[in-house]
Amino acid sequence: MELSNHWRVKQQRYSLMGEVCPHCDSKIFPPRDICPDCGEDARTLHAFSGKGEVYSYTTLYDAPSGHEQQAPYMVALVRLDEGPLVTAQLTDVDEDSLAIGMPVEMVTRKLRSSGERGVLVYGYKFRPRLQTA
Amino acid sequence: MTAETQNTPILILGVGMTPVGEHWDRSLRELALEAITQARREAGGLKPDVLYVANMLSPTLSRQIHLGTLLADFAGLRGIEAATVEAAGASGGLALRQAYLALLSGEAKLALVVGVEKVSEGLSAEVESALTTATDADYESVHGITETALAAMLMRRYLHEFEAPADALAGFPITAHANAVANPHAMFRRAITRETYQKAPLLSAPLNMFDAAPLADGAAALLLARADALPGSPPEPAVQVSGSGTSVSALALHDRPDPLAFQAAAEAISRALKAAGLKPEAIDLFELHDRFSIYAALALEAAGFAPRGQGWRMAQDGAISLQGKLPVCTMGGSKARGDTGGATGVYQAVEAVLQLRGLAGESQIPNARHALIQCLGGSGATAAAHVLSRFEAK
Repeated sequence: MELSNHWRVKQQRYSLMGEVCPHCDSKIFPPRDICPDCGEDARTLHAFSGKGEVYSYTTLYDAPSGHEQQAPYMVALVRLDEGPLVTAQLTDVDEDSLAIGMPVEMVTRKLRSSGERGVLVYGYKFRPRLQTA
Repeated sequence: MTAETQNTPILILGVGMTPVGEHWDRSLRELALEAITQARREAGGLKPDVLYVANMLSPTLSRQIHLGTLLADFAGLRGIEAATVEAAGASGGLALRQAYLALLSGEAKLALVVGVEKVSEGLSAEVESALTTATDADYESVHGITETALAAMLMRRYLHEFEAPADALAGFPITAHANAVANPHAMFRRAITRETYQKAPLLSAPLNMFDAAPLADGAAALLLARADALPGSPPEPAVQVSGSGTSVSALALHDRPDPLAFQAAAEAISRALKAAGLKPEAIDLFELHDRFSIYAALALEAAGFAPRGQGWRMAQDGAISLQGKLPVCTMGGSKARGDTGGATGVYQAVEAVLQLRGLAGESQIPNARHALIQCLGGSGATAAAHVLSRFEAK
């Protein structure tokens, strides 16, 4: 059951695949097929750029099952450039250098492991945006 | 539904609750039975037609679903209608709502609501995991997010956006702890100072130990009746459910257009007040769901008691203390009474009934006539609100 669940959302997890509403042009992530802004059908795929900025963040010490080995880790609400907020972990960053408004970009990392025989779940995290030459 | 069935008052005839804490020696069904027995005894032993159970964690922590039947059976009520109502931390408010609707419709004459939670059954990581099942599994909890982390991020954004001081929310736990000292059912019966708050260890920055309510075991029950189903006039002092409202917003915090507005709470409260025909100023006390101190600030704003971004000031200047203009969490709230998960809304109702009957002891709000209670599921995704009022037979 867990396997097929992770397989179904692989496009979202690996490439931030969302939707764009053909009626009001609202960008939607995660995809939900009914536009939250205008209530119309919205099934047109739209790949997000993966660029955004930190809306808020915190550090987690008491991790839930499946994440104990990662603790402590940083999580954030990231405002994507296209509009939506997403929840994700932050990586490759010091807590001291973090701030609301910091530009970040999506990378693919291991999200969760559940024991030696369990599923390894990969997906998006965000890191400080690298300067391009 | 005829006008007559709609208009009969819905009364709360009996209440019961166990102390909140770590009840290692008692099972979920035993806790529930204690609260049910008290509520039924107060109501003269009346047998309900229907039982609604409010619970959120039993399926994961106790490996037990089917609580409606389990508890009806255990309480000697075989043959009645029974079911569980689940809406995460708002389960208690939603169960009360279902009882209210069943009575209003005339399908039931007497209804029993029991909220029960057995949290001490799990280890810390198991409880954290169980709590995260109230969030979006595919897009929140898969990232290792917890309810505490979501509240911490809301709190950081709130302090940032409204330029509030680091200890802006201190007044909420300080008030809750002060109010719990006199409550024999509370988990933490000691007052705390601002200094204690400032020195408290961080759970998830900027949220510290006193910004989060402890989760604990407990059960609370209500026996409700249609006034026209009683043989005579109800025993004094009776309490009436004068308004009820619920609403939902986006499940995931990130899907809400404005994460700092508790839209579901605003809608639920406004519906409950409208149904009661009351303006917010008529409310004598407000039992809000302070699962986290930031939720208390946002609930005050959602209810319209404070402007956006200013809810924290009401805790700062004493407006929410027992002597203030809007006493909040008068018996300790989730922070100091202890948060009983899906049972919270039922505890709030029991406490409000005690206030309206004038039986709240040292926590008593003089001449309390109308109490507003409000509970939340998840990070404010679901809200239930009720106005309970002193019943005066015409």
